[in-house]
Amino acid sequence: MRILAALLRKELKLMRRNPLIIRVIIAMPVMVMLVLPLIASLDVKNVGITVVDNDRSILSSRIIRDLNAAEGLCVNSVCSTHSEAMTEVENGTSDVILTIPQNFEQNPESLDVEANGVNATKGMLGAQYVVSSVSLTLSQWLGEQGTEIKANRPSVINRYNPTLEYRNYMIPAIMVVLIIIICGFLPALNLVSEKETGTIEAMNVSPVSRMTFVLSKLIIFWVVSLLVVAVGMTIGYLVYGLAPQGSILGIFGATVLFSLVMSGIGVTIANKSATMMQSIFVMFAFIMIFQLMSGLLTPISSMPQWAQAFTLFIPPRYFVEIMRSIYLKATPLTALWPQFTALAALALATCTLAALTYKKTT
Amino acid sequence: MNNSVISVRNLTKRFGSFTAVDHISFDVSRGEIFGFLGANGAGKTTAMRMLCGLSQPSDGTGLVAGFDIAANPEMVKRNIGYMSQKFSLYEDLSVNDNLTLFATIYGMKNQEIKKRKAELYDFLEMTDIKNSLVRDIPIGWKQRLAFAAATIHNPKVVFLDEPTGGVDPITRRRFWELIYKVSSEGMTVFVTTHYLDEAEYCNRVSIMVDGRIKALDSPNELKLKYGVETMDAVFRKVAEGAQRSE
Repeated sequence: MRILAALLRKELKLMRRNPLIIRVIIAMPVMVMLVLPLIASLDVKNVGITVVDNDRSILSSRIIRDLNAAEGLCVNSVCSTHSEAMTEVENGTSDVILTIPQNFEQNPESLDVEANGVNATKGMLGAQYVVSSVSLTLSQWLGEQGTEIKANRPSVINRYNPTLEYRNYMIPAIMVVLIIIICGFLPALNLVSEKETGTIEAMNVSPVSRMTFVLSKLIIFWVVSLLVVAVGMTIGYLVYGLAPQGSILGIFGATVLFSLVMSGIGVTIANKSATMMQSIFVMFAFIMIFQLMSGLLTPISSMPQWAQAFTLFIPPRYFVEIMRSIYLKATPLTALWPQFTALAALALATCTLAALTYKKTT
Repeated sequence: MNNSVISVRNLTKRFGSFTAVDHISFDVSRGEIFGFLGANGAGKTTAMRMLCGLSQPSDGTGLVAGFDIAANPEMVKRNIGYMSQKFSLYEDLSVNDNLTLFATIYGMKNQEIKKRKAELYDFLEMTDIKNSLVRDIPIGWKQRLAFAAATIHNPKVVFLDEPTGGVDPITRRRFWELIYKVSSEGMTVFVTTHYLDEAEYCNRVSIMVDGRIKALDSPNELKLKYGVETMDAVFRKVAEGAQRSE
């Protein structure tokens, strides 16, 4: 225990004296949290619309006016032929074409909506926005004309994220990304730099046990990960007004487990690498897979079956689930025990691997 | 034999088809200053790393401070000090922090550490720089500090791998005064060097050529045997036929 404490003091002092590390663990989370939630958004804005108005009636101009007034939509032009409209889509100025047929005012039944599917999300959502704006205008119009309004639209309430802001979904995820990067790379770089400067030799020839030495590398990054999450939560609250709905202690607990997993992987990679370059490249491969397969960006439930099975071995998957559900839904910890258990098991496995791959004798 | 602190029989290290250390055998007794000489690539560092428990021998046996280097390397490590060729203390820690760290790792009690550090500062004339960061002190001081870190726990043997590389003769001379001091207190010193004048200071000297020990005796005996005046000349005669070099 005394030896572990001495090693931890050493790590802390070295960390304090390394200006780069301080920048990475404080400035990076601050900058990322200030910028990323604003730009990492799948909310579709500025959908450009070209209307082919064959009707030229009061109703058609009202539809166009309402479209223009709707949030996120913008009518770029009104043309008289479909080929003109297609040119606009091909030029990239418009995403959706709305064709209003002749005599639509007298017989308001069918409309054509075409969307540019190159950007699938924008096309799909854009078309939906246009349809809902047009049907709102139509139902108002029909009401004014005294026609009975049939088939009222169902009302939708977005639970847990009432304004349906994408960034509320992303803020907990961004903290996960920060911990993946910081707690994955720093321990790897820390250990490889001990190899490169030769200080590890002094450790290898001393009676310090492998477990103690590896623990000193892992524990120091708990502290770092807690710091990162604390900074993240503070900015999330102060800047975006998003506070965790559930137990902050649960968030910290999951963070510690996850940081152990990441730094365990980092130390293992460092044990097997001779140079910084090697460890960085290998770490990159892991981080790529972790980010794409953990459900951070795309829902796991829409992945193919084999990929879904594979995600069971992707540690951040559990952390993302815990973070999002505690943050947005206030899920009680008792309901999250499968995720916590999985994280704890993975933490134990990676830390054991880290200790086993560290060799004091070659 | 009972007095020997290091006892090596047929110690061998192979890397693939290359035999870095080829069946070497020798004994070093308590309090002795044992010079371990050889050309570059002769296998000195490899042999020393095996004796320190950093590298597993491919063949042969070695006892250091009473423990088998192959079966019990961690027990060996408790009883030795090692100063590597490359400076290996933490540059971003102070002199004092480095010494405290290593003393704690060797299981010394706080009271003991304090006393021992005071002794070392006095002995090494380092009191004024004890709070400086290691990266800010000159290389001569760094070597003295590395020596202090390797001997702070009063090990039975201290291994010094080219401890005086790259410093001037006066600094080297002062370093050897430290070696004499700990040796007179009963610590065994096992030292590699490329400076043949330093070989003269050793009680006994071995010369390795191509992984084998080609000569082993006191400097005076060696000079007599080869009929020359200096260790430098002895070394030239012994190492003449070397095949390997770095």
